[in-house]
Amino acid sequence: MESLVTGAPLRARVVINRSDDFSVDVDISIEPGVTAALLGPNGAGKSTTVSAIAGLLPVDAGRIQLGGETLDDPSSAIFVPPERRRIGVVFQDYLLFPHLTVLENIAFGLRSRGARRDQAAESARQWMTRLGIDGLERRVPGELSGGQAQRVALARALVVEPDLLLLDEPLSALDVTTRVELRRALAEHLADFAGPKLLITHDPTEAFLLADVVYVIEGGVITQSGTADEIRLRPKTRYAADLAGSNLISGQAEDGHVDVGMFSLSIADHDVSGPVLLTIHPTAVSLHRTRPDGSQRNTWRTSVEVVERLGDRVRLQTGGPVPLTVEVTREAMDVLSLRPGVETWIAVKATEIGVEEEWAP
Amino acid sequence: MSILVVIVALAGCGGQGDEELLVSAAASLAGAFAEIEGAFEDARPDVDVVLNFGGSSTLREQILGGAPVDVFASANMSNMDAVVAAGQTVGAPRVFAFNTLEIAVPAGNPGSVDGLDDFSDDGLLLGLCAEAVPCGELAREALSTAGVTAAIDTNEPDVRALLAKIEAGELDAGIIYVTDVTSAGGTVEGIAIPEDVNVTAECSIAVLAGAANHQIANAFIDMVLSDEGQAILSEYGFSSQ
Amino acid sequence: MTNRRVIRRPPALVLLLGAVGLALFVVPLAGLLWRTPWSDLPTLITSSMVTDALGISLVASVSATVFSALVGVPLAWLLARVEFPGRRLVRGLVLLPLVLPPVVGGAALLFALGRRGMVGEPLYEQTGLVLPFSIWGVILATTFVAMPFLVITVEGALRNFDERYESAAASLGAGRWTVLRRVTLPMIGPSVMAGLTLTWARAFGEFGATITFAGNLPGRTQTLPLAVFVALESDRAVAVAISLLMVVVSLAVLIALRERWWKVL
Repeated sequence: MESLVTGAPLRARVVINRSDDFSVDVDISIEPGVTAALLGPNGAGKSTTVSAIAGLLPVDAGRIQLGGETLDDPSSAIFVPPERRRIGVVFQDYLLFPHLTVLENIAFGLRSRGARRDQAAESARQWMTRLGIDGLERRVPGELSGGQAQRVALARALVVEPDLLLLDEPLSALDVTTRVELRRALAEHLADFAGPKLLITHDPTEAFLLADVVYVIEGGVITQSGTADEIRLRPKTRYAADLAGSNLISGQAEDGHVDVGMFSLSIADHDVSGPVLLTIHPTAVSLHRTRPDGSQRNTWRTSVEVVERLGDRVRLQTGGPVPLTVEVTREAMDVLSLRPGVETWIAVKATEIGVEEEWAP
Repeated sequence: MSILVVIVALAGCGGQGDEELLVSAAASLAGAFAEIEGAFEDARPDVDVVLNFGGSSTLREQILGGAPVDVFASANMSNMDAVVAAGQTVGAPRVFAFNTLEIAVPAGNPGSVDGLDDFSDDGLLLGLCAEAVPCGELAREALSTAGVTAAIDTNEPDVRALLAKIEAGELDAGIIYVTDVTSAGGTVEGIAIPEDVNVTAECSIAVLAGAANHQIANAFIDMVLSDEGQAILSEYGFSSQ
Repeated sequence: MTNRRVIRRPPALVLLLGAVGLALFVVPLAGLLWRTPWSDLPTLITSSMVTDALGISLVASVSATVFSALVGVPLAWLLARVEFPGRRLVRGLVLLPLVLPPVVGGAALLFALGRRGMVGEPLYEQTGLVLPFSIWGVILATTFVAMPFLVITVEGALRNFDERYESAAASLGAGRWTVLRRVTLPMIGPSVMAGLTLTWARAFGEFGATITFAGNLPGRTQTLPLAVFVALESDRAVAVAISLLMVVVSLAVLIALRERWWKVL
């Protein structure tokens, strides 16, 4: 399925000063065809940023451009109202108009822009077929399931052929099973949309699975941006690390070694020095019954403190000299007879340790 | 529940054991009867006279509906006759004053009205009392005797309402009692209606069957008929035939 | 275990008080029916006094409702959505006719818009227009007392309205007027209709302001309530007949609208 949308990149520098304790200052750039996620905790400024891009909130400073068109630029006194921006929005609660039928909802945007009723209905029907919701024309929003409502909201936003698609927590209103199912469907539909796409969410899995680029936002600023893997493996802040479940350790680096208190870890990077943040992914740690041979130089003996089963995998917390969260398979657990209190050897390859110079918020 | 009892008990108390006399009197008697009330209360300090004014027909309806009135003073005979016919009076009603009609115009006579003939003028804003009220009934009688087809714009529920609108200048002219013109002072001017077409209203007064204290009620009527009472009435423009 | 629906009876005190409340409405109505001269009713109802008054009442109450909607909805919108200085004072003023005795309202209208009134006098001198003693006076008086009902209801509805729907509509390309027309007003529709019903009902029954401002002339300004008042002193039977007519008309309107719109009241 092709979209008739031509590529128009989004360049948004959004600065908003709401009150003393809430402000937003972010810079987001999305190329056509790219899905970006704005990931952050509640209150981080995600909704504010999206409202600004949608035109529901003017920025106090900065500039928003879509393609060649400037949508908001206080310094030049330019502000394009939301109804004239070619942006499709899927809202968190979908906000389907309860007094209109599904067909009327989907056709709403076209009718508002002056299309004739029959033409708008025809386009609406086409989109309903594309999204697999034909047959629901006469229903009212109150009669739809979560999944159906989401697709109606998507159709409603897409039928006007916007240049940019904004999705505000599109899956949070759904139960877990539906969410997984619809995540797949959403990923397909997003892939079909040729313009830039911005997804805001607080769910890291959603962000990592649906987005090509992730912007981590905390306290109104972007603390990290990159691909899902980059963020997962090399998180720069505590929050980002918690998202991926990584180990985050502070230390002092010098000449290929990092002093982390009671131990000195070898790292691959010999150039970095000074305060650093190390990340070790739980799956990058191996456990052994005896001292391991081989090239690893980061080995030590420790005891198992907490054991946590997560389906087929097991998460362990180990004790000193460097407490780590380790993830192993159940088989490994059984083979090594790992239980709280049992001693074990740990090995971490230097190349598996991510190193970032300490980022001061 | 106990609070309710106390409130009801308190409501029953008047002022220091005063006897109350409820007098329903026609609106046109307002000024005169207020003075008579004062004179009566001076003579009988043990009595508290409560005056209830309104259109005679309204008062009649209230009495026939069972209102606890002691004395009824009507501006014309027909309303009093109705109350008598219903057996609500004690003794025969007494005629105590006469009233005639007069044309009233706002001060300055903006409508340049000079007689009953002007009441057929569509261009003027003219008012009468409602037909059911004595003033209205009599005014229509006068107009009909004079052969005038009136172009009326409103029928006010009682004389006071009509007077108020004339005083305010909202009406160019109306027909009210001579006594009302007198009591209005300088705010309205009166234009006499020729005697041959004018009508006379007989004001009558009676004690009602439901009166609590007939002696006091009769005493009040005596006051109205006394020289003092009659003097007050003539001050207000009433005539004694 | 048998499947038995347990019906719980409401508490006795609630039933008793509710019954008293109901009696308050039913007993006077029963008194009216008891007095009705059933055999004369057709003649009385079709007399010119009654048909004139009915016509004037319907014209005035419907006009007042329409006018209240035209002016009241925008006013409600301003009160709900725009933060302007003195908003609370304005809201208080708009609600004043609800608290004032209608006669006071009528008197105020007279002082302002009568022939010698503050605004009425220059109006009369410039255009010869006299508002009292005309059907316009009746419409004005009834609008004055009835419009607050509409303003309150609509303002309440707008305040409770989720403005995010308007954002959604804007994001789809709807301009402000389209949003109002296709989203906001339809969604608050039921509340608006409930408000209009209350407004009509108040206008239909209005007496004090009408008689004080518009006067009382059969065929021109005498509404049904005024006619009852006059008839009570001259012809009881007519008064009862008119009262019954008003009850029937009012019930008919209120029941017809009950289904769809009273839900929100």
